[in-house]
Amino acid sequence: MSLSGNWYLGLAAVLFSIGALGLLVRRNVLVMFMCVELMLNAANLTLVTFARMLNDVGGQALVFFVLVVAAAEVVVGLGIVVAIYRRRAGEGTTADDLHIMKG
Amino acid sequence: MLTLLPVSFAAATKVDATVFAISALFVLVGAIGVVVARNPVHSALSLVLTLFGVAVLFIEQQANFLAAVQVIVYAGAIVVLFLFVIMFLGVDRRENLALEPLPAQRPLAVGLVALGLAGLLVLGVAAHWSVGAHSVAGGLNGQQGGDVAALGRSVFTTYLFPFEVTAALLVIAVVGAVVLARRVPRASRQVPAEGAPPAEGAPPQERRSGEQVGDPMAALAEAVANAVAAGLVSPSDAETEESEAGEREPEPVGEGGAKP
Repeated sequence: MSLSGNWYLGLAAVLFSIGALGLLVRRNVLVMFMCVELMLNAANLTLVTFARMLNDVGGQALVFFVLVVAAAEVVVGLGIVVAIYRRRAGEGTTADDLHIMKG
Repeated sequence: MLTLLPVSFAAATKVDATVFAISALFVLVGAIGVVVARNPVHSALSLVLTLFGVAVLFIEQQANFLAAVQVIVYAGAIVVLFLFVIMFLGVDRRENLALEPLPAQRPLAVGLVALGLAGLLVLGVAAHWSVGAHSVAGGLNGQQGGDVAALGRSVFTTYLFPFEVTAALLVIAVVGAVVLARRVPRASRQVPAEGAPPAEGAPPQERRSGEQVGDPMAALAEAVANAVAAGLVSPSDAETEESEAGEREPEPVGEGGAKP
């Protein structure tokens, strides 16, 4: 039989924490996006683990939808990054550069 | 969690435990690589490592379809999109991670995340991780056709409406990406606004219209000319002052008065 689900849940918690730490610490917008993907993957791993532990197909269906939403999110987010970079050419992609709306 | 350690490992076979250990190592090494890599390209490649590790963990938990989708969508599409944007923008160079504008941010972030992780693990162990009703949305294990058929039946019956909504979501995302990435035509972008500073190429002499505005303007232009003659102001400064004085009220220069 497979390993107990507690191990997977603990690993997912650690993975989520690493992603959250990267999101808080890094300043490159693209790397911040990748950290969001890490957090989404941790949530997916948790859902799959619960689906197995509770013998419920709903968890896997939810992972399916999370994958779709993550793909859409990345497409729109990277489109925004490209648009901003094009408008302010040569200023880098750090989040600190994007202070136009600061009051 | 440590108290559960021998029990869990005893219940599982050696192969399962080994697969879990190796793929968990991959997942964590990749995740740490994403956060600490100085080059965004290395971050993206570390992300691939993490995604493959998660896919292996999916297979280990009998989620075969989701593992395939994970590899195809994430490693095959999303990471390629990331790499494409990194290369397209030309930001694939090392950045200086030692530079930190806010000195308190890193310790604060580490403390906050460590606190959250500790709380999560303590609560998980205390609540025995999983306390819920079984098979609410339908059974998963032992279904005819395995997990692929069970997931398909669930998505096309119970979750049919959300499935259709995701189709609309994808169309909206594609249209949004096209609109965002579209290059605005130059003709519509460079229409000069009223009261804008003179364009870079335009000589200041053509824009001098102080004589038509009225006496204060003419007086100001004359004063500036006298100042130039007296050597108080350098000629280049005087030209910009004159050209601006012809177009707007002589107020202190605030917004948008960009000097060429």
